[in-house]
Amino acid sequence: MNPPGRQSMNADIVCVGFGPASAGFLSTLSQHLVRPDGMPAIDSPSAPGLPLQVLCYERADDIGFGVSGLVTRARGIRATLPNLDPSRIPMAAPVTQERLVYLLDPIGASRRSPLVKLGDAALRALRLHRQYGVELPYVPPFLHKTGGLVMSLGQFLQFVGAELMGSGTVQIWPGVPVAGALIDDDGERVLGIRLADQGVDRDGRPEANFLPGMDIHAPLTVVADGPVGAVGRQLDAQFGLPPDHHQHEWALGMKFVVDLPADTPLEPGTVYHTFGYPEPEIFGFFYVHPDRVATVGIFVPSWFRSPMRTVYRYLQHYLLHPYLWRYLRGAKLRSWGAKSLQESGRRGEPLLVGEGYARIGEGSGSTNVLTGSGVDEAWTTGSQLAEAVVELLQAGQSLSRENLQRTYVARRRASWVEEEGRIAEKARDGFHRGIVPGLLGMALAGFTKGRHWIKGEPRLMPDPAQYYRRRIPAPELDRILDDCLARGVSSHDALMDRSGWPAIPYDRQLLVTHQDALLLGGKVQAPPGFADHVRFVYPDFCERCVTRLCVEMCSGQALVPGPGGIPVFDREKCVHCGACLWNCTAPLEDDPLRSNVSFRAGAGGLHSTEN
Amino acid sequence: MTTPFQIVVCGSIVPDPLQTLEPIAGPAGPALKNEMMLPAILDPWAGHALFEAANLARAAAGTKVWLAALGPKAKLQQVMMTVAQKAPFELLALDGPSSGFADSFETAAALAAGIETIPGLDRARLLLFGGWESASRGAGATLQMTGERLGITEQFQGVDRLTVRGDGSLEILERIEAGRHQVSVCSAPPAVLGWATGYLPDPRSNPQVGMANMRTIMPALQRAKAAPVPSAGLSFVSVSLPKQQRETRIVKNMPPEEIAREIAAWIAED
Repeated sequence: MNPPGRQSMNADIVCVGFGPASAGFLSTLSQHLVRPDGMPAIDSPSAPGLPLQVLCYERADDIGFGVSGLVTRARGIRATLPNLDPSRIPMAAPVTQERLVYLLDPIGASRRSPLVKLGDAALRALRLHRQYGVELPYVPPFLHKTGGLVMSLGQFLQFVGAELMGSGTVQIWPGVPVAGALIDDDGERVLGIRLADQGVDRDGRPEANFLPGMDIHAPLTVVADGPVGAVGRQLDAQFGLPPDHHQHEWALGMKFVVDLPADTPLEPGTVYHTFGYPEPEIFGFFYVHPDRVATVGIFVPSWFRSPMRTVYRYLQHYLLHPYLWRYLRGAKLRSWGAKSLQESGRRGEPLLVGEGYARIGEGSGSTNVLTGSGVDEAWTTGSQLAEAVVELLQAGQSLSRENLQRTYVARRRASWVEEEGRIAEKARDGFHRGIVPGLLGMALAGFTKGRHWIKGEPRLMPDPAQYYRRRIPAPELDRILDDCLARGVSSHDALMDRSGWPAIPYDRQLLVTHQDALLLGGKVQAPPGFADHVRFVYPDFCERCVTRLCVEMCSGQALVPGPGGIPVFDREKCVHCGACLWNCTAPLEDDPLRSNVSFRAGAGGLHSTEN
Repeated sequence: MTTPFQIVVCGSIVPDPLQTLEPIAGPAGPALKNEMMLPAILDPWAGHALFEAANLARAAAGTKVWLAALGPKAKLQQVMMTVAQKAPFELLALDGPSSGFADSFETAAALAAGIETIPGLDRARLLLFGGWESASRGAGATLQMTGERLGITEQFQGVDRLTVRGDGSLEILERIEAGRHQVSVCSAPPAVLGWATGYLPDPRSNPQVGMANMRTIMPALQRAKAAPVPSAGLSFVSVSLPKQQRETRIVKNMPPEEIAREIAAWIAED
């Protein structure tokens, strides 16, 4: 039942989320909405006499507050914006050189298999490394980004958003979380969206100044809210995934944007891809922007079977690796952020269209896990949808599922996004068997165009006792875990300290505490008046949970162990990375595809535009 | 029946809170490093003034509210997408610098010149609102000088409450020393009110208000005139950052006395 005062509004197209997919969609669409004489090219079906009414609602407090490490071939972006001049976009530079580097473990704390240790010993004995890094003489063609761009996604989205809003053809409203899709009584058609209630307490109960979230009705809802977006996941739950599709594969990316020292030898456009350290399963990246700015970060994948897979601590050890530290010594933190990546790729693709909706971007399975590319793919799917919408509206046809299937989905299936997505589909399966099979599987899939790969299936996460059985005696491990629980802190720092990882030498410039990274780097804030967006469906599940991986993996330390072990959520620290969603190890008995974490749409988070 | 007012709120953009601000020497004097890359918000002091204006407009039918904003057009456009959802207003956009290093005197001149171009502005009903302080310009000098240039002699600074009395006069609660307020009565507009924080909470974002505002805000941005703010005659002896380094702990429910004690001890370290 609607509370009194809930307003509603009609539009022609309503878009959920402003990321690269929406930017591609709106950029392409806006090019077709105005005639050369300035008059509307397509009339609004919902408001005759007016131009097409296109609204986009973004959860974050401003556009460009999202996160993505970004080196891209920019094929789709350049197709939409053929006159794109990187010099007009702060922090953008053409890729000038690319290196693939295997990082040895310089301190001996990393967990390496006997096979990896043997290889490391050989590399050391043969003196094939420099500063504990082995530069591979060859970057496989499926990895390279030659001709592409190094960018800050935040600055790029600010640039595109300003152009779009300046055109006056579409409206982008930041700071407006979308609570969910409006679905008809038959459960078959999306009617639009409902915005999040404001003026509520943390449990969603109305307080003074209560404003019920508005309903926006539209013939087409474009769902582009990313892999952990509330609307996309609602539609997945409502309509299901296509047969044999799954969304099991994830990674958490975390990055620093830094000012390099004044005497840095690194040229803008330099790109390093790394693997091997701080754990063999963790991949890293280092991109150099103009003006001595660099982006450096790591991805921690879901197939890294560690119950203490903290990203922030690992990122600090990554920065301190001698191969990178020679460039980072004296650098200063500018920005920080974290984001979940949906790494099932095309196998995680949901139903792309339905009655009243279409899916684009990462949440639609566009990320390519072989090439390590997602932004350009997301942009391209948005652009493809816009071309389809324009074609249908110009022909006076409805935006029905059938018509969108014939236009949008057909375009996507015939495109490079689909072709390369199919090659990548199973490329990473081998990582479930170990790092070496994983790397071999990627190479096999890449060089055979996806015809061959190494098989592997997800395995259960070990509990801390299993994981540390060779490093920490069980009674001591129990003491550490009990102590952390009693102090209401995560366990990963204590366990990493105990298992050989050295303390981080904080310098207040680059090596800063996790909380300083939130404030100095992410500038994390949360406006009042919104409900908690992280909830636990059955708190008693949490009481029985041993690993509490949601706490260990939380990017902002927004989740800490509370009374009885049930995590306590602090909205003011959350960066909306969504890691808690896929790191919950308690699937619901009545719906194994869902975990015990309910991750809803919420306001606030990062306030940096440099990520 | 309450007489309608014409309220012009002066307010521009400042860097979003928690951004790292680093002064640098630019070709035209001091500037903030990467200022155009930093996200921006409406100056919180001006924000309070805008919300007070909207509140007064709701109570006095026929009242019109303008926001006179001097800042880089592209940044103003972006910030307006958030501010426009908060309260109904029309925008007077002046495309110029919003840096905290801009000369207050010249800024006031540009604002006053811009306000004089508002079509149909009734000076006899004019209330000039703004922040008593500013998150970038400080000292409240800009608003005072803008009022003087518009010929408004009734000026109040540090205002926390404005009440329109039955006879149309204005009862104004101004902050004075020692945490007290002074009550003044102004018989009629025009007047300048430099707002402190007031008592109103931030309004909720209302998409319908935003949509309605955009019908006038986007055209106003498109016709924004260049408003250069000369800096001739202005010189800065030095510009520097505080010596203290940030050291962050997140602590909740700490008593205010304890917070004050820690801050005082921290300042004393310098």
